[in-house]
Amino acid sequence: MSEMTGMSDFTRMTATEIASLVAGGETSAVEVTQAHLDRIAAVDDRVHAFLHVDTEGALAAARAVDERRAAGEVLGPLAGVPVAVKDVLATRGVPTTVGSKILEGWRPPYDATIVQRLREAGTVMLGKTNMDEFAMGSSTEYSAYGPTHNPWDLSRIPGGSGGGSAAALAAYEAPLAIGSDTGGSIRQPGAVTGTVGAKPTYGGTSRYGLVAFSSSLDTPGPCARNVLDAALLHQVIGGHDPMDSTSIPQPVPDVVAAARLGATGDLTGVRLGIVSEFVGEGAEPGVMAAFRESVDALTKMGADVVEVSCPTFAYALPAYYLIAPSECSSNLARFDGVRFGLRVGDDGNRSLEEVMSLTREAGFGPEVKRRIMIGTYALSSGYYDAYYGQAQKVRTLITRDFNAAFERVDALISPTTPSVAFPMGARTADPYQMYLADLYTIPTNLYGGPGISVPCGLSEGLPVGLQVMAPTMADDRMYRVAAALESAVGTFTPPAL
Amino acid sequence: MAAISREEVAHLARLSRLAVTEEELDMFAGQLDVILQAVAQVGEVAAADIPPTSHSVPLTNIFREDVVTPCLTPEEALSGAPDAEDQRFRVPRILSEDVAS
Repeated sequence: MSEMTGMSDFTRMTATEIASLVAGGETSAVEVTQAHLDRIAAVDDRVHAFLHVDTEGALAAARAVDERRAAGEVLGPLAGVPVAVKDVLATRGVPTTVGSKILEGWRPPYDATIVQRLREAGTVMLGKTNMDEFAMGSSTEYSAYGPTHNPWDLSRIPGGSGGGSAAALAAYEAPLAIGSDTGGSIRQPGAVTGTVGAKPTYGGTSRYGLVAFSSSLDTPGPCARNVLDAALLHQVIGGHDPMDSTSIPQPVPDVVAAARLGATGDLTGVRLGIVSEFVGEGAEPGVMAAFRESVDALTKMGADVVEVSCPTFAYALPAYYLIAPSECSSNLARFDGVRFGLRVGDDGNRSLEEVMSLTREAGFGPEVKRRIMIGTYALSSGYYDAYYGQAQKVRTLITRDFNAAFERVDALISPTTPSVAFPMGARTADPYQMYLADLYTIPTNLYGGPGISVPCGLSEGLPVGLQVMAPTMADDRMYRVAAALESAVGTFTPPAL
Repeated sequence: MAAISREEVAHLARLSRLAVTEEELDMFAGQLDVILQAVAQVGEVAAADIPPTSHSVPLTNIFREDVVTPCLTPEEALSGAPDAEDQRFRVPRILSEDVAS
């Protein structure tokens, strides 16, 4: 620690550094937590990363960690480290809105499994982060509570749907955050805010207590400012959960060891495939320039890099925007004004069905309504085979492309997004343009494997992310490659807020 | 040619239990048309003999042990309900008065 390190600098530290200081008794979890709460108070009126800051809960959790340490207990690797949680996860007694008016004021009576694991690990939950309503969006502009601003340029989007979690990291409001990734909602915000976001293997992290959007795709995962911190968080939240019937009954691959191995900067013998379909004309020149430089860096570290064609990836976006809305139209039927959340128009005369329709009309925003209707259309008899059924077949072909690619290479790479953070308002009038932000992240969700976005450079002063995609349950591979790249290009710091 | 008409969107809204306004119908009709025309591209893929994938994890029939475990109390389960009575969710009228009388 240099002389310059004062109390306020806790917000600039890595999670690993904070945990080490707390474990060594050099500072307290309370001091670290207060520093982050102060930072939130200072900057979040401009960033709007948080929907709810749980000051009392955070300080109580921090005190508990300090007491455990004082009692001589050996603490876990992230004890005392503050974490921001996307508002898609149920938190007992703490408001959970999913960015929607339909759940305004709801305080869940239970914790999501991931939240429970975070508490058991001694992390300190600072609060709940902003998101596109029901995780449907790529800019956080579809939040019913107002948009989040990108700390790199407050007039630009922080990505979505997990823009709040990514912005909280980039604004030094939290060293760790939780996101959820259905079509890129962890990785794309990571890319455009210069932070790390990992989508674990589907089934590698529990969906219990995650408000469902598209159940065959939804994957909660870690967000951090560096690869090792993301791996440590992944290790804490991952693993089998009997409460989730699609949870894989296997241990989490050793992602922490892989991140440490990658940080040595040696990729000798690692075979990487650039997805040909994602390095064509679709990406901005500045994004491609940063990507090409990163490929050179990976090659210099010993990786064997080739191009791999995955022809059906071109159809991933349309397939996704049939499958996800179809599942959402079914999942969101539970918001009926009966068991939780909003109820509108119940004047004693109206029927249940009328109250339901008025409640959903008032409680859902335009993007959620669009997706419910698209899904209802795609699942209706007469259209099912041509839309939802065909999309499921395309999903099979995309999986086959991945399997064929992974016979030739250990991992696939591409830019995470076609563009850097776009200006707020640029795409809200044209929903399909918004969908295109997920062009490169969606195939992984349809396949079910893991993907990570790691900062790889700047374009016009804005961050660019590189995506690493690995085979199912080989999450460790992507951490190794990402950590190696990070060791070569470093991390990126936004201008002072 | 439009993939979907304003009338069809109104029908979808009814099926989806969304009491949309006339202004919304105007907006959604155009937007859903653009989206449906774009996603219809999946039809270009020759996939007649390809089995569908609904899920990436090949797990079926997951059961837990048949033992009693702690769960929510009735008060907790009803804590988020807009209306509750006698440990039950209270709902608006389901049957019309003609039927009920």
